[in-house]
Amino acid sequence: MSIFPGWAARGRGLFADNKGPWGPTSSGGTSPPPGGGREEGSEPLRPGPSSPWGSPAPGRGPMSNASITSFDEFLTRSRARFGNGGSGGPRARSFLLWGAAALLVLWFLLTTVHRIAPEERGVVTQFGRYSRTLSPGISLTLPSPLERVQKVDVENIRNIDLGSAAEETLMLTGDQNIIDIAYSVRWNVRDPELYLFELQNPDDTIQQVAESTMRAALSGVTLNQAIGEGRGEIEARVQDTMQRVLDTYRSGVRIQGVAIKQADPPAAVNDAFKAVSASQQAAQSDINQARAYALQLAQLSQGEATAFDKVYEQYRLAPEVTRRRMYYETMERVLQNVDKTIVEAPGVTPYLPLNQTPRPPAAALQEPQAQVGQPQGAGR
Amino acid sequence: MIDTLMRRPILTGFVLLALLMTFFASVKIVPETRQGVVVRFGKPDRILNRYQASQPIGGTGAGLALLIPFADDVVWIDKRVRDVDMERQQVLSTDQLRLEVDAFARYRVVDPLRMYIRARSEERVGEALRPILGSELRNELGKRPFADLLSPERQGAMENIRRNLDRIGRQYGVQIIDVRIKRADLPSGTPLESAYERMRTAREQEARSIRASGSRQAQVIRAEADAQAAQTYAASFGKDPSFYDFYRAMQAYDRTFGGKSRPTNVILSPQNQFLREFTQGGGR
Repeated sequence: MSIFPGWAARGRGLFADNKGPWGPTSSGGTSPPPGGGREEGSEPLRPGPSSPWGSPAPGRGPMSNASITSFDEFLTRSRARFGNGGSGGPRARSFLLWGAAALLVLWFLLTTVHRIAPEERGVVTQFGRYSRTLSPGISLTLPSPLERVQKVDVENIRNIDLGSAAEETLMLTGDQNIIDIAYSVRWNVRDPELYLFELQNPDDTIQQVAESTMRAALSGVTLNQAIGEGRGEIEARVQDTMQRVLDTYRSGVRIQGVAIKQADPPAAVNDAFKAVSASQQAAQSDINQARAYALQLAQLSQGEATAFDKVYEQYRLAPEVTRRRMYYETMERVLQNVDKTIVEAPGVTPYLPLNQTPRPPAAALQEPQAQVGQPQGAGR
Repeated sequence: MIDTLMRRPILTGFVLLALLMTFFASVKIVPETRQGVVVRFGKPDRILNRYQASQPIGGTGAGLALLIPFADDVVWIDKRVRDVDMERQQVLSTDQLRLEVDAFARYRVVDPLRMYIRARSEERVGEALRPILGSELRNELGKRPFADLLSPERQGAMENIRRNLDRIGRQYGVQIIDVRIKRADLPSGTPLESAYERMRTAREQEARSIRASGSRQAQVIRAEADAQAAQTYAASFGKDPSFYDFYRAMQAYDRTFGGKSRPTNVILSPQNQFLREFTQGGGR
């Protein structure tokens, strides 16, 4: 780039040598040393042949003179700075040529050798016409104005997020319910040339198609399916349909996957949905309790039945004795822990207090028969 | 010659500039993404890089194009798939329910010359198609009940809209590739609120029925357990009812009087079985 001001300066020099309105200037090839241009009259200058002003009169306005001289000084200085005003001679010229050559080589190298990264493809256009696609590695093309390379990242899987947890994205489901949904679409470029040349706005297109397909997919399922078990199916269907639609656009895009991040009822009705899951819990715990009771009861009944069976087996061998034994053993156990009073007949003072009962037996005296009835019955 | 030119650098400059301009006016680079209508003195002459569905990319004539300098002019027209976005439309179904619909159409200029003559630019094609898309959508969807509006794809409505729009688009030299509904929402306010209310009550109904069915199941389970236990008892105890009576009575006494929780007073009559030996004194 640094060569450009030099050329500009040279061009100025070319134009200034004969037509300059400033008259004799230090033109190309005969430039005085810097600072020498201040006193124009004193220098051996070649006056421009067709300058209408000729050599500037020293007696012109001091103002204009000053401005001219300062401008001239600027010119000479800049020429001296870039070394091509002729003062440097052939050495500077060759230096410039070398610089130009180096720049050309650099330009050539930069636009012919292309390094395509492993995740990229290079789409080559020849005067705008698609010519080929470069695979990863080092590739050669014609230099820049002839062939251009556009690198497209094909491996990088891009992500479009649609809907978010922060704000509601409401959609209608097939049963006319409303769902708040957030999902993301992952895609990458399959055919870089199609991706570059076929769609006006690939990213927008993908997003719009995603929205539309998701809406269509949700309108085919019920709310419960969308919230619950139908998610995977919806994701697959959206991915499928998107791919098909984008293929009809010749987009060169591959949909890698659709992920539903969130599918909830809208906030306005969320409480009612929570009540449903609460009632499910309640119903389940009801059932659990009943099952526990059933299990307990089954064990208990089996235990009791088995116990009875065991005893009954023995009882059948000797019914009378067993019955007596059991009766006495039970009575023993029962009566050893209770306060006992034996009454001969109603209204008669008890005569066998086995221990001193602390309670007045008056209340118990009322119905002695009722108390003793059962053992009698059992003793048949 | 060269000397003359060197001596007259301004002239040289002009000549060079003129040559350069001529060159650039006669050679154009046609990129893959655009098609060009070559207009010669205002009259369309030919088309560069016209879209052809059968041709692969690179086969439609992009690249360098030669023109007659200063006579030919190129009008560039997009070759890619473009998009018309419709503003939200309210659609009224046959059962008088409203739905807000947001749709888009994708199109491609397939006849650049006609497009150039009729509309001049892609933007104006879009502007022309947008209201038509809206009205086609309203017409087509307005013929259907609300339930069908939710999935118009299934009823072929979108294909109808696309076909109708395509017929109009052809007049502008564009092909409608696809029409899709991006969003279909209930209008905010009463329709949305009543939908929420319906969802809420439906959930309440569901919650109650779940609760009820839970308790029904629980009851059935309990009853079945009771029945099972009764069966077990009956199978076992039924072998000898009188022994069961005795056996169970013994257990009941044990449990009733055997506990140490409360002191019990038992008043026995000497006639009691337990005291029989006691009173009889061993005699029979």
